[in-house]
Amino acid sequence: MSVLLDHLPELWQGLVVTFQLTAGSFAGAAVLGVLICALRVSPVGVLRALGTAYVETFQNLPLLVLLVLAFFGLPEIGIKAGLLETAIVVIAVYEGAYVGEALRSGVNSVSKGQGEAARAIGLTFGQSLRHVILPQALRTVVQPLGNIFIMTTMNTALAAAVGVVDLTAAANRVNLTEAQPIPIFVGAGVAYALIAAVAGFVTGRLERRLVILR
Amino acid sequence: MTSTALFDEPGPKARRRIRIATVLGTLAAVALVALALRQFAANGQLDAARWQPYATWPMWRYLLDGLWSTFLAAVVSAALSMALGLVLALGRLSPRRWVRLPAAGYVEVVRTIPALLLVYVVLFALPRYGMDLPLFWKLVVPLTVSNAAAFAEIFRAGINAIERGQTEAGLAVGLTRFQTMRLIVLPQAARRVLPSIVSQSVGLLKDTSLGFIVSYGELLYSGKVLAAYNHLVIQTYLVVALIYLVVNASLSKLARTLEARRPTPLRRRPARA
Repeated sequence: MSVLLDHLPELWQGLVVTFQLTAGSFAGAAVLGVLICALRVSPVGVLRALGTAYVETFQNLPLLVLLVLAFFGLPEIGIKAGLLETAIVVIAVYEGAYVGEALRSGVNSVSKGQGEAARAIGLTFGQSLRHVILPQALRTVVQPLGNIFIMTTMNTALAAAVGVVDLTAAANRVNLTEAQPIPIFVGAGVAYALIAAVAGFVTGRLERRLVILR
Repeated sequence: MTSTALFDEPGPKARRRIRIATVLGTLAAVALVALALRQFAANGQLDAARWQPYATWPMWRYLLDGLWSTFLAAVVSAALSMALGLVLALGRLSPRRWVRLPAAGYVEVVRTIPALLLVYVVLFALPRYGMDLPLFWKLVVPLTVSNAAAFAEIFRAGINAIERGQTEAGLAVGLTRFQTMRLIVLPQAARRVLPSIVSQSVGLLKDTSLGFIVSYGELLYSGKVLAAYNHLVIQTYLVVALIYLVVNASLSKLARTLEARRPTPLRRRPARA
């Protein structure tokens, strides 16, 4: 236990980096996800194809491959950026595909009659989206988005594999100097479990408040 | 397939707008590709000499050997984690609390721990306690531990989706609880969760890229070794990515085909958390 206390500053720094990675990449993934979802439900064939290609590509590539490609490949084509920023962008791009799919399933879960009724009473496209479709669609995706958030938190650990010193990397470093794996790794595991538990609790509460029982 | 909740059949105006958007979308896509190619060309990464090696068989053979190791690790780990997952799922549904609680605890905790952390535990913690596993198992054990929890949740959802009447009928004709589960519930549940199992297996196959950390010679690690040898970093990793993409996209396609062939459930029940 004292190992954890002795190395609290390093571990805390690692936890902060994990938070930055999670918050940054989830925010980015949310923006990208909305964009991808818009492409995939659009009436324009080319845009749908682009959205589908994006989702297929990034859901079928391992995140670690993307990270390695970005960290070792991008400098080769003259694109240099900081470690943390690169990791955030790559994880956002990867998770964006999942967010996009979750949002799309939400939009598709709204029944056809809702949209038709909205147009029949004369709402414009923007109005029917804002007052009819999205309020219903977003409620069904609270739980899936919560799961994606938890997945993002866990996936940020992969940034440790390419040199970002997040919680996983910090725990590993402390273990290499102290050689007391059990308290260190259990401590790191508990931290991840706590983040996930908080995210699960928040989405659970949100869902109970928002869900429409049919 | 257009989302019908959002749009009506396009009229003449909408069709013109769709045509404009088609042109703009195509232009944007072409511009993106051109920009990427220009960046590659400006740094000399498009030179024929840098791609030439990947037109030769030995390079591919080396990577395909890596792919074979990836498959091996994925298949062994999938088999083990499905077995463990089934035990955990049955444990979580057990009426006995001393079985149910540990199983639930395992699933809930392990589901939220990154696989990389488990890999580090196997790499750096276990050897200290005299458990220095061979490389293959250093990759397979953490993957099994973490995926077992995911498979357990899939199986539990599948078993819960079978109507209670099936179990009741089984018990009523005199089968024991175990027989009812084995002969009546599990065969139906297995059919229902098959697509989820395939897509979770795609996730597992993606996770085997952690062999990069373990230095087990799977596809990504083979790419690393090859890139260190021929100094074609970006080309090698792009080829590796392409192989992953082809393999995983085929598996995902299989999952969708299975999903489409699945018989429609008689009645929809609210999902249980």
